[in-house]
Amino acid sequence: MSRQHIISLLLENEAGALSRVSGLFSARAYNIESLTVAATQDPTLSRLTLVTVGSDETIEQIKKQLNKLIDVVKLIDLSESFSLERELILLKVKKSDAMVQKIESLSVESSARITDDTDDYLIIELTGEKVWLDDFLSSLADEVLEVVRTGVVGLSRGERSLTV
Amino acid sequence: MELSGGEIVIQSLKDEGVEYVFGYPGGCVLHIYDAIFKQDDVKHVLVRHEQGATHAADGYARSSGKPGVVLVTSGPGATNAITGIATAYMDSIPMVVITGQVPRPVIGTDAFQEVDTVGITRPCVKHNFLVKDISDIAETMKKAFYLATTGRPGPVVVDIPKDITDPDIKVPYQYPEEVSMRSYHPTVSGNIGQTRKAIKLIKEAKRPVIYSGGGVVLGEASEELKQLGRTLGFPVTQTLMGLGAFPGTDPQFIGMLGMHGTYEANMAMHDSDLIIAIGARFDDRVTGKVADFCPHAKIIHIDVDPASISKTITVDVPIVGQVKPILLDMLAQLESLGETFDRARIGAWWDQIDQWREADCLAYEKNTDTIKPQFVIEQLYKVTNGEAFVTSDVGQHQMFAAQYYPFDKPRRWINSGGLGTMGFGLPAAMGVKFAHPEADVACVTGEGSIQMCLQELSTMLQYDTPVKVINLNNGYLGMVRQWQEFTYKSRYSHSYLEALPDFKKLAEAYGHVGMQITKKEDVEPALREAFSMKDRTVFMDFLTDTKENVYPMIEAGKAHNDMVMAPSSKYKRILA
Repeated sequence: MSRQHIISLLLENEAGALSRVSGLFSARAYNIESLTVAATQDPTLSRLTLVTVGSDETIEQIKKQLNKLIDVVKLIDLSESFSLERELILLKVKKSDAMVQKIESLSVESSARITDDTDDYLIIELTGEKVWLDDFLSSLADEVLEVVRTGVVGLSRGERSLTV
Repeated sequence: MELSGGEIVIQSLKDEGVEYVFGYPGGCVLHIYDAIFKQDDVKHVLVRHEQGATHAADGYARSSGKPGVVLVTSGPGATNAITGIATAYMDSIPMVVITGQVPRPVIGTDAFQEVDTVGITRPCVKHNFLVKDISDIAETMKKAFYLATTGRPGPVVVDIPKDITDPDIKVPYQYPEEVSMRSYHPTVSGNIGQTRKAIKLIKEAKRPVIYSGGGVVLGEASEELKQLGRTLGFPVTQTLMGLGAFPGTDPQFIGMLGMHGTYEANMAMHDSDLIIAIGARFDDRVTGKVADFCPHAKIIHIDVDPASISKTITVDVPIVGQVKPILLDMLAQLESLGETFDRARIGAWWDQIDQWREADCLAYEKNTDTIKPQFVIEQLYKVTNGEAFVTSDVGQHQMFAAQYYPFDKPRRWINSGGLGTMGFGLPAAMGVKFAHPEADVACVTGEGSIQMCLQELSTMLQYDTPVKVINLNNGYLGMVRQWQEFTYKSRYSHSYLEALPDFKKLAEAYGHVGMQITKKEDVEPALREAFSMKDRTVFMDFLTDTKENVYPMIEAGKAHNDMVMAPSSKYKRILA
């Protein structure tokens, strides 16, 4: 049975390291739903978070193949334990009273807020779990003019952590 | 000591103990070549094509256990080398490939002879580096050799921009004694608990098979494998890459397994209740139909690469680590058991195997006027007393060599198993000769493959590396023709090679001895004559039976117990 996994890795912060990871996914025909990467507090390391879907066997193989990459320092499967996952979304809609009202009502149950307000357009910002963002996005349906998502990031809760 | 970047490259090779570099000069490596010119310790072999350089370095590595080293220029130099890099990658061969790159200021500007070498080679190397600073060259070279030769070996590319090899810019040089990388810690010894579990399965096994692969050769564990085999009295089958690790003439050896494996090896796999996989990776040419692979067996898998475990076949007892210490550990545990393992303990299983052996699956039609390719290999075995290093290209001749030349020692059988690279055999044979100047080296090839890297005949004359080329010339791309006969109703689409050259004259034109052998009775005398010419490369063009096939054969997608047998075998098609 296929399941979604969030895999986080510490990667040598070197040119080409990211393409080793993305190249692995395309070369071995693994799914990649989102991928986000940036340097950590240690500038020699990047933290990469990717969301993939596969059977237990495939996920196991993905983790092994990732670990085999020389630039991958350490890896953690956030889906294996309690973890916090977040994604940021920015979306642009046409401004109207109805829209402003709608956002305000939606913001009661989500953290959505109007970040940019010009004469005719609004940019709405929302952070949360991927599924919340999916719901929010579908509730606005055809009214969304443009959308950008960061992809999922996450940390495991409690003591478990991904550090060198 | 202050050295230029070019000198650092060569000095690093010297400090690494490198004897030979196989290479080809060009614009971006001219500084490095100038550094080569000024010293005598590292010897350079000028090939005729960069693919030849990689295969020669590969043959050198496979036959000696030492890493092969290649030096080529940027752009086409690097792209020509890629087939050889991928070949080494698929068979886990330690190799360091130094490629020139355009000067740093013009990288990314589509400069003359620029390609993104690191990008192009990424999927077919263990790792690669673009060196951006002269002071990083020595450490990067050290890392390259460390990565190439440890854990699961493989090729490593070091891409060096021309401007950091400038002879006028010198920096202090010191070759690192050792290097560590925080992200790379290959496993050495196996988990004792896992070995204990394996021993438990071994004790209970009624129909065991040892299935060993190239990892035993690479891991220098041939002696330990022999000891394990003899201690247990279990039948041993080997993959194409593993041949020679366990002696091919040993009665416990039941032949190669897989697509062109023996009847007894494949049937034993299918009926086995315990597979002990050692340094083997369950390649599709070995497993056949995955769903029907060893349906009754528990599987123990020893491998240095965790990613090989349960990749295609789920195993019961994985043991990750180097083959040698794990086998030694198993042997120690077996000894402390105080139990007797021998042939008699699994007598019924051996009786069954002996019955399968009666099929005589490698029998071929001997009463013919034509020269059978199998016959040539048998005669080659006889003439060389089974002691030669044999390289091959890819196709029918490769399978015939694997089936009819039993190797008793590891590193004697040199072929491109994973990538299946035509053109590998001749330059690889040259590489073997550099590692073993006194040994008999034969390149078993076909008229198709040999034309893919033929130009290295010229290099072989220049460096005096005499090889005996056994060209099994049937006029067809034999393996393609065989598949077309079996699965495309004999529609031989573009598998017949018209207008072949006169190989005898061609060899002579390259300054070697050429022979054409057309009669069966001339095969053995011609081979004896050729091998008596110790200091000459002899190109032997054997005109063989044009329609001979390789048997047994498991057709694509079929199971081990579903083999097509030779017409001359006692059994015809065997169906479960």
